[in-house]
Amino acid sequence: MSTRKLTGSANNPQIRRRYRAEKRFKAYCIGAVSIAFAIIIAFFTDIISQGYTAFWQYQVQVTIDYNDRAERLGQFALDRDMREVASRGATRSIPRAIDRNPDLLGTTEERWVPVKAEIDQYLKHGRDILEAKHEEVAAAPELPDKLRKKVDALIDEGRIESAFNTRFFTTGDSKLPELAGIFSAAVGTLYVLGITLLCAFPIGVMSAIYLEEFAPDNKLTQTIEVNINNLAAVPSIIFGLLGLALFINFFGVPRSSALAGGLTLGLMTLPIIIISTRAALRAVPDPIRQGAFAMGCSRWQVVRDHVLPSSLPGILTGTIIGLAQAMGETAPLIIVGMIAYIPEAPSGVFEAATVLPAQVFTWASEPEQAYVEKTAAGIMVLLAVLLTLNATAVFLRRKFERRW
Amino acid sequence: MSVGQTTLLLLAGLIPLGYAGFFLGRRKALNTQAEGIRLHSRPQQYGWYSVVSMAVPAMAVAFIASLLNLLGWIALPSELVLIMTLVTAAAGFGFGLRAIQPSLRARIKLDNLMRWLLLGAALISIMTTVAIVLSVIFEAMRFFREVSVWEFITGTTWSPGDSFLEAAGRGDEVGEGGGGVFGSVPLFAGTFMVTAIAMAVSLPIGLLSAIFMSEYASQRIRGIVKPLIEILAGIPTVVYGFFAAVTVTPIIVDIAGFFGLDASYSNILSPGIVMGIMIIPFISSLSDDVINSIPQSLREGAFALGTTRSETIRSVVVPAALPGVISAFLLGVSRALGETMIVVMAAGVRPNLTWNPLEDMTTVTVNIVYSLTGDQSFDSPQTLSAFALGLVLFIVTLTLNVISTVMVRRFKQQYD
Repeated sequence: MSTRKLTGSANNPQIRRRYRAEKRFKAYCIGAVSIAFAIIIAFFTDIISQGYTAFWQYQVQVTIDYNDRAERLGQFALDRDMREVASRGATRSIPRAIDRNPDLLGTTEERWVPVKAEIDQYLKHGRDILEAKHEEVAAAPELPDKLRKKVDALIDEGRIESAFNTRFFTTGDSKLPELAGIFSAAVGTLYVLGITLLCAFPIGVMSAIYLEEFAPDNKLTQTIEVNINNLAAVPSIIFGLLGLALFINFFGVPRSSALAGGLTLGLMTLPIIIISTRAALRAVPDPIRQGAFAMGCSRWQVVRDHVLPSSLPGILTGTIIGLAQAMGETAPLIIVGMIAYIPEAPSGVFEAATVLPAQVFTWASEPEQAYVEKTAAGIMVLLAVLLTLNATAVFLRRKFERRW
Repeated sequence: MSVGQTTLLLLAGLIPLGYAGFFLGRRKALNTQAEGIRLHSRPQQYGWYSVVSMAVPAMAVAFIASLLNLLGWIALPSELVLIMTLVTAAAGFGFGLRAIQPSLRARIKLDNLMRWLLLGAALISIMTTVAIVLSVIFEAMRFFREVSVWEFITGTTWSPGDSFLEAAGRGDEVGEGGGGVFGSVPLFAGTFMVTAIAMAVSLPIGLLSAIFMSEYASQRIRGIVKPLIEILAGIPTVVYGFFAAVTVTPIIVDIAGFFGLDASYSNILSPGIVMGIMIIPFISSLSDDVINSIPQSLREGAFALGTTRSETIRSVVVPAALPGVISAFLLGVSRALGETMIVVMAAGVRPNLTWNPLEDMTTVTVNIVYSLTGDQSFDSPQTLSAFALGLVLFIVTLTLNVISTVMVRRFKQQYD
């Protein structure tokens, strides 16, 4: 009987309305999460579908003829037909090669060189669409008819082939999209992150040790704490302004140099490292400290020999996360001038350099279609590195974190 | 001698002295101990004591000399600085070795030194803030010497374009009414427009996701959903900028065209939406923390009165968590205001005062970037305007952060 009564109350229109409202609300919540997931999936699909083609590149087999005209201008090493197909940059080094090794004069050589960017784009995106007689023909990359026939013929002869684009990882920026790579930006990133680490890690860990282990609870300490929390939320572009005014204009650090960028990012990463190090230090239980004090250690000995070793995994995790954040940062680096055109990898921290995100930004503002896939490919490399860094941080935490 | 050479020579002098100091100091202590005299500290602490008494005064001399050189108050040749430093080091070395006595409290002295060193490191963060404030205010003052504050705050025309001609000594080419006009209202309008769109996207999605994670999801699902959403926080802003400019903008232009609307290819809607996506994880994880810290007893009380779960959430949990949610919202706003790359890559550069999000607008951060990446001399009003804009941005975001911190602290006190 009682069961029937309950069923009855569930049939009460007011209660049914409330249950429907409950279901609706839950659906909204699930909907929000699904939208977030859909965005993530759409985002990664979009970037990968635009970028994966950049890891392959069409190459053409050419005969390089080391004649005396090529000694002055590399272009003349190719016959007239091939000059239209092969990248202009491929023959640039020929005069220098002849200069270095005069025996080459008069010899010929078969070599695979990249094709021009517009031909590469046509082969990657335009050819299939044109052959399928699709409606989107208008949007597909086009070539003049004569050139297209020549390219098609070369493909049939097997003299144009697609190969893995190692050049993308071994060269720097270039004004010719088919030759542009991320190497110099990667080297610049390493320099910048090295300096960031050198200045933010020791200072950050030392500040955190002071605040957690040494500081008396007074006005100064509270000021420092509030200040660090606020500093962590200052927009990154403001750090760029600081770097420009302080390091470049006041201390005379060369503009665009890895040093200027690294110092700026160091100041920006400092609060992140301090906050995570403090959390790691706080996780070390007090009995460890008390035990050490009871053995007659001074406060510094307690920290150095007991607290620091047990909190090291946490500190490293926080540092890696801070570095990953610094690695993706662009705005402050643009302000300190790190968007220069850098074809050669910098060989020191005082030289003009660029970093991966800044390289992505530079490519994104180039008008040529060929740079779009370069941009997306650069982003893929950047995201892969960031993902690896974050995964390492999580792994370190899982593996070495001690539960007390 | 270059700075690098001087530093190298300095280190070449100090490092061997340091080693010698450590071993001699420790030897002296060990010898004393061997005579059966009880020492106050461990022998190696005496070693460190003599290192410190050598290095600290020497470093101080080198530091002060280079600081004075940098400020231009005195110009010492670097050889002289080097010699002064090494002489100080040698004097400190002798003094430190002599001072080693059984009664010397080396351990306590080292401890105090460490304390000062650590305090010094902690003060660097304060100095960073001071340096930000000083550098931005100093440059902004130079800007306000040429442009009145009132015009900057209330003017509705921003066209710094001509001022660089003047700075380049070509002032006569400036047309009638010449000089730059620096009325920042259109820039702030753009910034607030993009922030409003971003928050309209991120607040509902972020808050509802947080409610899902803390109220509906099982522990296992929560463990999957939370890190996945936080992926969005780890994506660099330049990547979002590319996504906005290359993918989202054309879609928006197409959709607008479908409805017969005319959308600009640098419309403000696209960076706004993408910025909203970027802010979702901030809102969701902060709100999630706050909702989780609401005591279970509040929910149980509501259930006992017969409310459904959603009624509990809407009338008990969310109102209780409101201060925390508001503070998450404010932090999100502060991120959106200072966000640079997305708007630089996807928004326009034309100052435009409008309510239509399909038109192009420009923002404060875009103008900071463009006025500092041009070829203007550093003294031109256009370059300096970046610092004035930065000053306003800094003040606004700082205020938002302080309000948000205070609200969270109040909230935590209420339930802890």
